[in-house]
Amino acid sequence: MSTAGPAATVLRTEFRLFGREPAALFWVMLSPTVLLVILGLIPSFREASEDLGGRRVIDVYVPVSVLFALIMAGLQAMPPVLAAYRERGILRRMSTTPVRPGAVLTAQLVLHGTAALVSSVLAITVGRIAFGVALPENLAGYLLALLLAVAGALALGSAVCAVSRTQKVSTAIGSVVFFPAMFTAGVWVPVQAMPDTLQRIVGFTPFGAASEALDAAASGGWPGWAALGVPALWTALLTGASVRWFRWE
Amino acid sequence: MTAIEVRGLHKTYGGRKVVDGVSFEVGEGEIFGILGPNGAGKTTTVECVEGLRTPDEGWVKVCGYDPAAQRDEVTRVLGVQLQESELQAKLTVREALDLYASFYERPADRQELAERLGLLPHLRTRFGKLSGGQKQRLFIALALLGDPRVVVLDELTTGLDPRARREVWSLVESLRDSGVTVLLVTHFMEEAQRLCDRIAVLDRGRITALDTPGGLIARASAAKEISFAAGTPLDPEALRTLPGAVSVRTEDGRAVVAGTEETVAAFVSLLAREGITAGQLRVADASLDDAYLDLTGTER
Repeated sequence: MSTAGPAATVLRTEFRLFGREPAALFWVMLSPTVLLVILGLIPSFREASEDLGGRRVIDVYVPVSVLFALIMAGLQAMPPVLAAYRERGILRRMSTTPVRPGAVLTAQLVLHGTAALVSSVLAITVGRIAFGVALPENLAGYLLALLLAVAGALALGSAVCAVSRTQKVSTAIGSVVFFPAMFTAGVWVPVQAMPDTLQRIVGFTPFGAASEALDAAASGGWPGWAALGVPALWTALLTGASVRWFRWE
Repeated sequence: MTAIEVRGLHKTYGGRKVVDGVSFEVGEGEIFGILGPNGAGKTTTVECVEGLRTPDEGWVKVCGYDPAAQRDEVTRVLGVQLQESELQAKLTVREALDLYASFYERPADRQELAERLGLLPHLRTRFGKLSGGQKQRLFIALALLGDPRVVVLDELTTGLDPRARREVWSLVESLRDSGVTVLLVTHFMEEAQRLCDRIAVLDRGRITALDTPGGLIARASAAKEISFAAGTPLDPEALRTLPGAVSVRTEDGRAVVAGTEETVAAFVSLLAREGITAGQLRVADASLDDAYLDLTGTER
């Protein structure tokens, strides 16, 4: 039996429990890459398109898959777990011990953030190996944009959890937010292929802006202030809202 | 030394006074019961002891610490089993013990605790697959993991079958033997009567009686119950006018008289005087049940 500190033990326990949820594992870790592979199997998506400025559809869909992974982890997987922990008295039970229940929330954020990043790396790797999609040229810029997007997704998931009283409500709100999030991330129409006006509007959403930031870094540039600032601002707002409205029981 | 001290506790939710001036003390090593109907304020009272709620008025001390202000100190000396709390369904018993042990600086010996609570065969079982009794035993183990001086057990045996309930009771008795102070919330008379040194009866937010189980029973208006099958017809009025008699009723063809010691003496001389034969004569002490119903004013 172990003698590790509380934070490490809580984190390890949460990772273990995550590993025991096949549905969560599939949707968070595999589905973004599966989406990419299915699209990549369509021959016309592997041909250069004039609408996309000479790029192929599959090139554009790598960042889309990355954002899809973030949405799955932050918005679909995390809120029901946290809501259930609250609903079943797990947080309350923990608050009667020397460890504060915030330790579980932190562990959940670290867990889903890590899962989102690993899933993103998997999608990027498969895109490179299977379909020859170029790796991000500005790696530091890409990483910065990615981390900001992860923070945005986790903050959004936390806010969903904070405003829902029960697990059912959090799943429902999560689904309602899910579709706009998917749309703005470009899952149906890549942001870069959207009409100008729509593209500008989508640029004010966390995932729309993140998509632009990832795209800029992928092609070697630095993401613009707006593309970085919008997800950062959303993260700050949503985190504030979560802290303000989260109830322990 | 006093393990728990509660003074003038008040708590109101949405304009309803749930706890209305509750005070009591629990001595070290004592098993102290809080008994009362649903909604009497039992859980709210112990939640103030556990530091989960802050009293509107009054104060609580656990081993000299204030749960509302000295969370770190209190959580180190207090072990808690919550009513209707769960663990993650896919967490195994061993993992739960490891997890909760990591919360304490000097945790109790997990192996020994698991053995004492009969959890050794279930260490690899996931929480969701445990039976009700096994879950409760695990919760007791978690409450004891920090090697606490005081343990709060809230509705410990609710939902357990009689066999599992008895198992849990002997565990609580073994706690007393190890010197741990126990605050036990229950609505089972039998449980309170068997386990508690003293009992506070809580009704509508107030303590209506605080005594040993024997003391509470002695206070009941009907401390004795006489039942018999009359050989010859008997005037019910003669029974009703017995000194101290509280009620007379017929049950399965047997007359049942509830009253006091005095009633019993008068009844025996009545039999002798009238030459009445009384078959299957039985004189029983009232149970805590009867005392409780008296004290909480519940209709029987």
